[in-house]
Amino acid sequence: MADAPPNPWLSAAYLRDNAGDVAAALGQHVGLTVEAVVIASAIALPLGMLAHRRPRLAGPLLSTAGVLYTIPSLALFAVLAPYTGIGRVTVLIGLVLYALLLLVRGVLVGLAGVDPAVRDAARGMGYSPGAMLWRVELPLALPTMVSALRLATVSTVALTTVGVVVGAGGLGQLLFRGFRSNYHAEIMTATLLCLALALVADLLLAVVGRLSTPWQVR
Amino acid sequence: MDVLGEAARWLNDPLNWTGPSGVLALTWAHVWISVLAVALAALLALPLGLWLGRRGKGARLAVVVANTTRALPTLALLTLLAASGLFGATATVLACAVFALPPLLSGAIDGLEGVDAGAVDAATGMGMSRWHRLWAVELPLAVPVIGAGVRTAAVQVVATVPLAALVGGRSLGTIIVSGFGTLHYGQVVAGGALVAGLCLLVEGVLALGQRAATPTGLRALARTPDR
Repeated sequence: MADAPPNPWLSAAYLRDNAGDVAAALGQHVGLTVEAVVIASAIALPLGMLAHRRPRLAGPLLSTAGVLYTIPSLALFAVLAPYTGIGRVTVLIGLVLYALLLLVRGVLVGLAGVDPAVRDAARGMGYSPGAMLWRVELPLALPTMVSALRLATVSTVALTTVGVVVGAGGLGQLLFRGFRSNYHAEIMTATLLCLALALVADLLLAVVGRLSTPWQVR
Repeated sequence: MDVLGEAARWLNDPLNWTGPSGVLALTWAHVWISVLAVALAALLALPLGLWLGRRGKGARLAVVVANTTRALPTLALLTLLAASGLFGATATVLACAVFALPPLLSGAIDGLEGVDAGAVDAATGMGMSRWHRLWAVELPLAVPVIGAGVRTAAVQVVATVPLAALVGGRSLGTIIVSGFGTLHYGQVVAGGALVAGLCLLVEGVLALGQRAATPTGLRALARTPDR
């Protein structure tokens, strides 16, 4: 053990020699995150709007999503794997399910938080329920929905790593391989990239949220 | 491929339940690790949250800082700890405790900030000392919000502990990971169902505990439909 080879946590040489590998893992990570959040948003928005229009649906919808959320990620990927196979699709389904709860709740809370007086005024101006939803309630619910989107995106970035159990974990692949071979630089690089990815995504969405609600007083 | 039937057969085999790697022993290890992780996080987060919640200043910042830890994947934390030589239960407890911090901290802060200012004033007017007021008035009134934080943290931890099996920690996740390794998907599904069941059980037990800890007056208030 006296002359063990150096095993630094940070290594430029690792990054240089494995640039292609790291880029592929990062690409898969970004792709999975973006796809999962986009699909989950596409499902959550109509679902949330429907539950808002029919309050009786809201309770069962939220509790179903809540139960889904208690299923551990490792177990969910594991349970899905025999049916959807080893690989990307399984991870994607799992990520969409987890993001869904956060997003549906965001849409519902945002719509419920719209000032009743504003709603009254819109009705008085002759808006139909549909037009009111699109042109009054949704824009006013945007800030809440954007914060839900940010939370969902950051959790999805972190959760994608667990996809390693079905062979499609993006940066999780590097984490696990680094752990198996006790390669410190690989683990640290993947961890830092995960953190950076989450922060960049969060920042981007925050900026988009600001730009899309120019009427907000800050 | 009859995975569900295979899972049922796996769960029905008494040999899978007993012994050092049986379901019972692993459940015990799982629960023990979860309790330690939540307790460690609560020991840090609750006093800090109560202090910040009373001061008011700095509370938002603390919540933001705690929330950024959500971006750190638990798997990354586990592999980092394992690669630094910290294997098994200790590493799992540490990694899961970090994961449990944000909901506990924001629960304590939001709970204390949400206490009716009139009630606090009344307590002061009755001559209660700061500590007495915190203990007898503010904490009981904050129980619903703090309890929600504890429940979220506990369920998240129970659902996260299985990840430790990937780096050698013993828990119900061991069943899932070894099932994967040997391509016994029935065993994988059985393990997943066991963890999900444990999560729901923990949620239920904690909900009952929270009900018991909530002051009778608040419970009556919650039952009134229009507050």
